[in-house]
Parts: sequence; structure tokens; C-alpha cells
Amino acid sequence: MNRKTTQKTAFFIFRALGLLVVAILFWILGFIVYNGIGVINWEFLTTAPTAGMTAGGIFPAIVGTLCLMFGSLVVSFPIGVMSAIYMSEYAGNARIVKFIRVMTNNLGSIPSIIFGLFGMALFVNTLGFGDSIIAGSFTLGLLALPLVIRTTEEALKAIPDSYRTGSLALGASKLQTIGRVVLPMAFPNIITGLILSIGRVSGETAPILFTVAAYFLPKLPSSIFDQVMALPYHLYVIATSGTDIEASRPIAYGTALVLIFIVLIMNLLATSLRKYFGKKVKTN
Amino acid sequence: MKRLRRIFERIVEAMLTLSGGITSLVILLIVLFLFKEGIGLFNSPDIEKGYVLCVNSSNQVRKLDPYQIKQIFDSEITNWKEVGGLDSEIMLFRFDEIFNMYSDEELGEDETLLPQKLGEVITGNPNIIAFLPEKYLPDAGASNYSPLPLENIRVQDFVGGREWMPTATPAAQFGILPLILGTLWVSVFAILIALPLGLGVAIYLSELANERVRRLLKPAIELLAGIPSVVYGFFGLVVLVPLIQKTFDLPVGETALAGSLILAIMALPTIITLAEDAMRNTPRAMREAGLALGATQWQTIYRVVVPYAASGITAAVVLGIGRAIGETMAVLMVTGNAAAMPHSLFESVRTIPATIAAELGEAPAGGTHYQALFLLGCILFIITMIISISAEMISKKQKNQGL
Repeated sequence: MNRKTTQKTAFFIFRALGLLVVAILFWILGFIVYNGIGVINWEFLTTAPTAGMTAGGIFPAIVGTLCLMFGSLVVSFPIGVMSAIYMSEYAGNARIVKFIRVMTNNLGSIPSIIFGLFGMALFVNTLGFGDSIIAGSFTLGLLALPLVIRTTEEALKAIPDSYRTGSLALGASKLQTIGRVVLPMAFPNIITGLILSIGRVSGETAPILFTVAAYFLPKLPSSIFDQVMALPYHLYVIATSGTDIEASRPIAYGTALVLIFIVLIMNLLATSLRKYFGKKVKTN
Repeated sequence: MKRLRRIFERIVEAMLTLSGGITSLVILLIVLFLFKEGIGLFNSPDIEKGYVLCVNSSNQVRKLDPYQIKQIFDSEITNWKEVGGLDSEIMLFRFDEIFNMYSDEELGEDETLLPQKLGEVITGNPNIIAFLPEKYLPDAGASNYSPLPLENIRVQDFVGGREWMPTATPAAQFGILPLILGTLWVSVFAILIALPLGLGVAIYLSELANERVRRLLKPAIELLAGIPSVVYGFFGLVVLVPLIQKTFDLPVGETALAGSLILAIMALPTIITLAEDAMRNTPRAMREAGLALGATQWQTIYRVVVPYAASGITAAVVLGIGRAIGETMAVLMVTGNAAAMPHSLFESVRTIPATIAAELGEAPAGGTHYQALFLLGCILFIITMIISISAEMISKKQKNQGL
């Protein structure tokens, strides 16, 4: 075969593969949307499941997932941002930074089920929180930590050093420089990372299996020590072990669609924020 | 005022320094707690707590390992000869059978005569093996029996055992070999599918696609990475599983193949993104040198760019495997979860994470089953740590060879 034809064939295959990946994405999304869109209505989103989870809505699961998203944010945001500030602004020693970065990557590569085991051992049993929002939030918060640290560190590193030296030259202390100059400028990108991390948290199932998720609990939580239902776990339950799997299929499609919708919104929010603020910072 | 602010700044800075160590601390705590909860397994007796196994004193057998006990009670071993005794058939005796043999009256008020009757049964049957609660153990003087010594679960039975039956009585089986093999089968085949696909797309993105296509394809891949694993599992369950069942004419569609396909899709974004980054880092000079020597673009790609990015691509594959091995929900939902040694892709398998997710809810805290699941978590943790550290080392190698 002539080398030009070889090239043509090879490039054709690569184009086809690129198309295939997009096709897979649309297949999955299309399938869920096509089957789920008919189920979604106001009642589905605002009522509790009834009739052995074969009818009714998913309201408690939505509330539970929102609680967990917020809870994990409260855990991961302060620690993560502080850790990133230390890495980017304080740790003068490049070795320490490298070590922390390796540990952050390692933490990020630990499977989510391990976080579930750990959360159960530490928060549920040892600290005695029981199956509760607080135990689940801590578990999910730790899971989200590497992502928050990584994006915040990148956001901080993107701020040119001239801003820092300028502020220091005006007599501001290092902490003032960070608080008044570096953080406000990096803020949009930090928020973007944050949104991505809670988007990821919203779909996690394995870490909440043994720390917070309830099989069926129509009432809403009244304190952080309550159990809640959660969307991903609810989907797992009605897809595999509900009372009547066939009858609850439509609800499963609807739940999957809502889950995907949350992830989609979070991604969209993150990218548009990045774009919007990206322009604003540049024109300054 | 100024001093106060100084002190405040010192405190904040100390907090920042402390938080720098948070990830290391969390990893340390994870290791600590997994081992603390799991290590008790090797201090637990190999048969159910509170029970004993007894044989007639005339029996020469004084020791059975957990696998032999399981085979005896499953009637796979039926003669004492097979476990080192005399040539006689084994008579199984479970505790509750005593209630069929004697009436409530014979057993006395509050079952006070129960131990005595049990003693009679064992004395009367020289080839018996009896499984009894410890508290009903007969008097040593009055009857002719010997309890088998309780032994602890051994490390080699855990690591090398071929049976995972954590709730079997009298001897639960904690052999993790089928689970490890199941995990490897599913992940390795997933990567075999995802690697050519991912590499092709990465080459396309980094070398061929124009800006407009890239701007379409990149978010699509990001979105693919963002879909929750339980949604992948659900999709696999309602689409892939029936498809596989029909295509290959199988009794059930929940197979290792279904798991591999879903995992391949899930590993794609990792592989594509990292491999593309590695290839984009190839210096322009090297590409141009290739082209200047008269090579076509394709020849330059596979003779210059791909070899140059080889370690980055390897790291991408290794991390892809890592993601596949640790994936829980999707695999749990589509592989059928039969804890047997896998023989083909068209059989149901069970992976380590799926086992933990499926069984931990039913395992009583602190029991042997619970401990075994935490040890499984330790094994999974060690595997993923090895993978992530080796990926780190491989990609460092590329940075060092950079121009």
C-alpha cells in the first residue's frame, strides 16, 4: 500500500473514532432523555415516592442530594482552599510542594468505595455520628478535597507575581496581599473548581451507601444527624432491588435524567463562569 | 493594635501550614482505619463464634482446616478417610437436629438435659461430626467426645483461598482469589477495548482536529467523565445487558463482558485527556524534523509523536486501569456478582469493590464478615496506590527526558 493511502486510511479511522465517542455520549444521553423526559413533571419533582417506590416522585431524594452537596462543600471548601494557599503562597520549599501534590493526586485516585469504608469506620462508628447527613458530608467532602485543592492551586498560580510584589511594595503584609489581592482575583476560578467538585459529589453513590443513604424515607431531614435519601442511591435501589423493578422503571429513567441534569447544569455553570470572569479579569 | 494583627496573622499562617498536610493526614487515617477494622479477621476462629465442632473420641481426626469443614458440611467430602481418618462414612450432625430426635419432655425443663442428650448422640455414633453451641457442650467426664481445637483464620486462606462464601456455616470461606481475578478480568478487558479507541481519539484531537472540532469534542469528553457511575450502571443494565444476552444467546446478560464495556466507556475520558496532553507536549521541532525528512504526517505521528509521548500514554493507560479497578456501582449493577472463579467473559463475575458495596450493609459490625470486607478494602487500597504511584513515576520519566 502506498504511504499516502496508508495515511488516508489511518486518518479516516481516527476521525471515525472521534465520531464514535461523540456517538456513545449521545446514545447514553439520548436514551436517558428520551425515556425520562415524559416522567418529569412538577408532581414528580415535589412529592415523595409512594406504592413501594413504583409511583410518586423523588422529592426527598432531591432534598437529600442537595443537603449532601452543600454539606460536602462546607467540609471541603475551607480546608481545600487553605491547603492550596499554603502550597502556592507559603511553602517555599519546592520539595514540600511536590510531596503535597503527590499526596493530593494519590488521595484523588483512591476509589470511592474506600471512602465509603473509611467514612463508615471513622464517622459512623468511631465518632458515633451514625448514618447521618454529617457523616455523609464529611465522607464526600474528603472525596472532593483533591479536586478543590488542585483547581484552587491552579487558580492561584495563574495570578501574575507582579500583583503580589506590587501589593507587598505598598507595605501590605503577606496575608493582606493574599486576602485583598490574590484571592479576589483568583476567586472566579476557585468558584469554578468548587462547582465542578459539588457536581461530582452529587452523583457519587459508593461513599454514601454506608454513611447516610436511606432506602426509603419519605420525610425530610430535620437535623444534620438524620438519614436522607439521595438521588444516586435511589436510582441504584429502584433499578436493582426495588419491590417491583418493572413498575418502577419509568421512575428510574426520571431519576437518572434529574441526576444527569444536575451534572450538566454544574458543568455549564462552571464553563460559563470561567468564560465570563475570564473576560472581565483580562480587561482590568 | 499592630501587635494584635501580627498575632492574628501568625495564627492564620499556622492554620494554612497545618492544612497543607491535610491530604497526607487523610491518607494516613484511611490506612489506619481500614487496617484497624480489618486486621481482627486473623484473630477470629475459623468457625462461627460461640460454636464448636465435636467428634467421637474414637475418631483419629483431631484437626480440620476451614475448607475441609466446608466441604464436609456441603457433603463434598463424605468419608473420614479423605481427611486422614478411618475408612468410614461421615455422619453430619447439626445442633437443631436434636429437637427432631428428642421430645421437649425428654430434654427436660428449660432444656437442662440438652447437653447430656447431645453427649449421648456423639458417644453413640463413632463417625459423627457435630456442630454445637459452646454453651450446650456436654460434660467432659460423662461422655466420649472430643471438641476439635479452634483455630484462627489464616492469612494464606484469605489471600490464596478459592472460595468466597462469607456467610456459610459452620465455616465461612474468605478466599479472595475469585474476587481479585474477577476485578482483573473486567478491568483488563475494559482497557483492551478502551486503549485503541482512546488512543485513536487522542491522536485525532492532538494532531488532526481543527479548533472548531476540538471545541466540540473536548466538552463532550468532559461530559462523558462527568456522568455519575450509577447512571452508567443503569444504562448498562437496561441497554447493554439485554443486548449482550441476545447477541451471544446467553442465559443471562449480566456478564464480565457487560462490565468491561461499561468500564471501557468510563475509562475513555481519562485515557483520551492524558494521552492527548502527552502528545501535545511533543516539541514542534521534532515534528518538523520528521516532516522535513520527507515523512508523511501519519509517519511522523506514529514514528515521532507517539514514541516521544510513550511514557505519557503509558501513564494514561495505567491511570485508566486504576479507575476501572476501583469503579464500584456500574460494575455492581451489570456483572451479575457471582463469586466464583471466572473462566470466560460470558460468565458472571464479581469484583472487589462490588463485593464491598453489596455485602457491607448486611455484615454485622465487628464480625468476621465485616472484618473480611475491610481487609478487601485494604487490598483494593494497596492495588490503587501501587497503580497511582507507578503512573506518577512513569510520567516523571517523560518530564526528565524532555528537551
